[in-house]
Amino acid sequence: MKLLEVRNLSTHYVSSRGTRVTRAVDDVSLAVDEGETLGIVGESGSGKTTLALSLLRLLPPAARNVGGEIWFEGEDLLRISNAEMRRVRGKRIAMILQDPLASLNPLFTVGDQVAEPIRVHEGASRGSAWDRARELLRAVRIAAPEARVREYPHQLSGGMRQRVVGAIAISCGPRLLIADEPTTSLDLTIQAQYLRLLRDLQRDHGLAMIFITHNLGIVAKMCGHVAVMYAGRLVEAGPVARIFSSPAHPYTQALLESIPRMSDGRQRLTAIDGQPPDPVALPPGCAFHPRCPKVMDRCRVEAPPEFRVAEAQVSRCWLSG
Amino acid sequence: MNGSAANASPSRAAALTLAWRYASFRSEGFPVLPVLIIVVFVLTALFANVLAPHNPEVGTLGDRFHPPAWQDGGTGEHLLGTDHLGRDVLSRLIFGARVSLVVGFMAVIFAGILGTVLGILSGYLGGWVDQVIMRITDAWLALPALTFAIFLAAIVGPSAMNIVIILAAVYWTRYARVVRGEVLSLKEREFVRLAIVAGCSKRTIMRRHILPNVLNSTIVLATLMLGVVIVTEASLSFLGVGVPPPQPAWGLMLADGKKGLMAGYWWLTVLPGTCIMLLVLAANLLGDWLRVKLDPQLRQL
Amino acid sequence: MKRVGFALISLFLLSLTIFVFVRVTGDPAVLLAEPGASTDDLAAIRQQFGLDQPLWVQYGSFLAHLGRGDFGQSFYYRTDVFELYRSRLPYSLLLASVAMLFSLVIGIPTGVIAAVRVNGWWDSAGKLFALLGLSLPSFWVGLLMILFFSVYLGWLPSSGSGTAAHVLMPAFALGWYFAAAHMRLTRSSMLEVLGSEYVKLARIKGLPEALVIAKHALKNALIPVLTLAGINLVLMINVAIVVETVFAWPGIGRLLYEGIAFRDFPIVQAIVLLGGAMIVVVNLLVDVLYAVIDPRIRYER
Repeated sequence: MKLLEVRNLSTHYVSSRGTRVTRAVDDVSLAVDEGETLGIVGESGSGKTTLALSLLRLLPPAARNVGGEIWFEGEDLLRISNAEMRRVRGKRIAMILQDPLASLNPLFTVGDQVAEPIRVHEGASRGSAWDRARELLRAVRIAAPEARVREYPHQLSGGMRQRVVGAIAISCGPRLLIADEPTTSLDLTIQAQYLRLLRDLQRDHGLAMIFITHNLGIVAKMCGHVAVMYAGRLVEAGPVARIFSSPAHPYTQALLESIPRMSDGRQRLTAIDGQPPDPVALPPGCAFHPRCPKVMDRCRVEAPPEFRVAEAQVSRCWLSG
Repeated sequence: MNGSAANASPSRAAALTLAWRYASFRSEGFPVLPVLIIVVFVLTALFANVLAPHNPEVGTLGDRFHPPAWQDGGTGEHLLGTDHLGRDVLSRLIFGARVSLVVGFMAVIFAGILGTVLGILSGYLGGWVDQVIMRITDAWLALPALTFAIFLAAIVGPSAMNIVIILAAVYWTRYARVVRGEVLSLKEREFVRLAIVAGCSKRTIMRRHILPNVLNSTIVLATLMLGVVIVTEASLSFLGVGVPPPQPAWGLMLADGKKGLMAGYWWLTVLPGTCIMLLVLAANLLGDWLRVKLDPQLRQL
Repeated sequence: MKRVGFALISLFLLSLTIFVFVRVTGDPAVLLAEPGASTDDLAAIRQQFGLDQPLWVQYGSFLAHLGRGDFGQSFYYRTDVFELYRSRLPYSLLLASVAMLFSLVIGIPTGVIAAVRVNGWWDSAGKLFALLGLSLPSFWVGLLMILFFSVYLGWLPSSGSGTAAHVLMPAFALGWYFAAAHMRLTRSSMLEVLGSEYVKLARIKGLPEALVIAKHALKNALIPVLTLAGINLVLMINVAIVVETVFAWPGIGRLLYEGIAFRDFPIVQAIVLLGGAMIVVVNLLVDVLYAVIDPRIRYER
């Protein structure tokens, strides 16, 4: 049985008067095995963060889950009570956010914030929780954890802060870690270090990971499987090696082509024509059709379903059908 | 909330929602009620001579302390009763509207002009001009408006015109602060830079480019200030350093009304105060709506 | 320490302003002399205050007097003004403290709930309350309360000081406006904090909502509110004049009123000066205190 299986998840934002509906996540299905890493790739506005928040049921008030199931360790997370979901968060599923300075409460010490989930979920005493906190800081390779524990977030560097966030995430031994663009705010030199840390943590603790990013390079390095999102829909998914070598969906192809390569003889950078669609006013049919180099008449009218292209690869394109 | 209302009969729910919309301020709709109130008061002030049934400044002592017409002892002659000198309350309220509105508007306009001009100069020219104006603004802002106004009134003596000048002198600093902030950020904008490159004189830039963009904030601030100014004027009059008697000012009426309070002559207190409240409420609501409409950046106010 | 410098400049400008206004408008001798002084007296006053000397010399001696704590003599009370001020200050402090307590006890929880249940019933009621608070002049609220609680119900005394019952109504009337202001600020500050990333992370950690709000959100949200409260406390002392007059509460405000009523200028001048100075000083203190509460600033040195 897979650790996490999402079936036909849809999350919509409804405007306050009930007039405008934005389909932030539309009929998305994916799965993650124990210890596996799934990358979710997409441009801004593609729905990847909403997807992550949906998994934890932490949507803003304007958003609503309108359909689907989220099966985690045998339970449908969408059907359990609020109290039970709270026990899942932090303890069985953890999440790392993008901006470490904003993620940490500026008024509380690092130690307090790392110890907090341990005290809440496991009822640990203050002393033992702080001991665990020190160990965790050591585990995420922060030097001098005894000193750091008493410091405030703004006293740490960006890289250290993100490590603290990582420590918070693994503090209660979750089975799944969702990382939402964890390295985007970090300096380039630190990014590689951090990714290495995440990989080691994953291996040491047997964590499954969902890695959300817009950077295909990171996906290539970190992930075993990848899912590509566009305008709220999953347009292609499969093992990384396959997707990178033979992408089936025109969007994926265009993404891969737009990565500049040194070996290329091309003079100009290729970008994908046009802009991502406004989630409020999606084009009819396939959402990608206005920008698709291989568009057919059918694409403009009907939205394609998911087609199985190969053993583990699916693509939402009429070309694959 | 809408869900439960829908269970009631649809027409009642619709009416309730409509009423709630008009009165509430979470809708983006045009604030009909506040504007209506202001218009009514303005018209009343304009046509005071025609509308008021009696002379607001002279009364017959024999007619003192009549309660409003709907209470025992009231008469149809004086719909809202009379005060301690036998003067008709309704007439005094009507003429009082004139005083409050005239003083209020003029003070707001003068303060606005002074504050905007100084704010623009301070923000745009920078340097020692900025420092001087800002230091004065800071110092004057430190003084509570009412205290400062009282001080000035004590020096120059009470009269309606003096009050306008005093209020303008007290409140221009609010405008200057806000305007200066706006100008500082406007200075960095493209079109200003273009004008400088094109060789426009400083004066032209300030007049043609900066001023129109700052007007939005000024107008919003002015509407919000109107309420404050009216209350200050009422306070001043209440204390005896505002508009001098026998001119009818709502604040003065409240001061007079206090004398009769312990005896239970409620209308002398409740009625003028209600007028103040309605006008200020309307001005505030209008100002809030304008603020949202004209410049979302001003949400800090 | 730049802030201290600015504060000093403000104080300086404040005194200068007061000085200038007094000297420049009309005949200062009239102000500085007792009401009903004869021309001989006026001449004597001129001699005494050196009014025929160049302005800057006058200003120098003015500052020198202030430095010694000599604010002149009250005409009416025949005592040193500073002494008078000191004797009345505790009453104003008491009133302001109770009013502040009231405003925080009502304002903060209301604001918090309004933010947590944003756009709900409580939020709309809160907005209404805020609007009323800002639109109703405090002295009118006071008058209404007297009408209701003293005249009709006979529960509370309408004037004077001495027992807890005496302070209730004035404190309510004074704190009313500030309760609305505090509620508004708490609400918006709370809303901002609730939308922050660290609150999101707190929820991601699986913390119970009550803990998220009480521990993470509240402490951060209250910083600006408490800052404002500190500044408002001093403001309260100074704007309490009208409320104190309505309730005959023997504080600084009442003293100011007496100053105007009896044309006792030294009192007026002193209160304005000291009031402004108080505010400048408190603003400075609050800035410094901020550094203590917020560890970010503390460590930035």
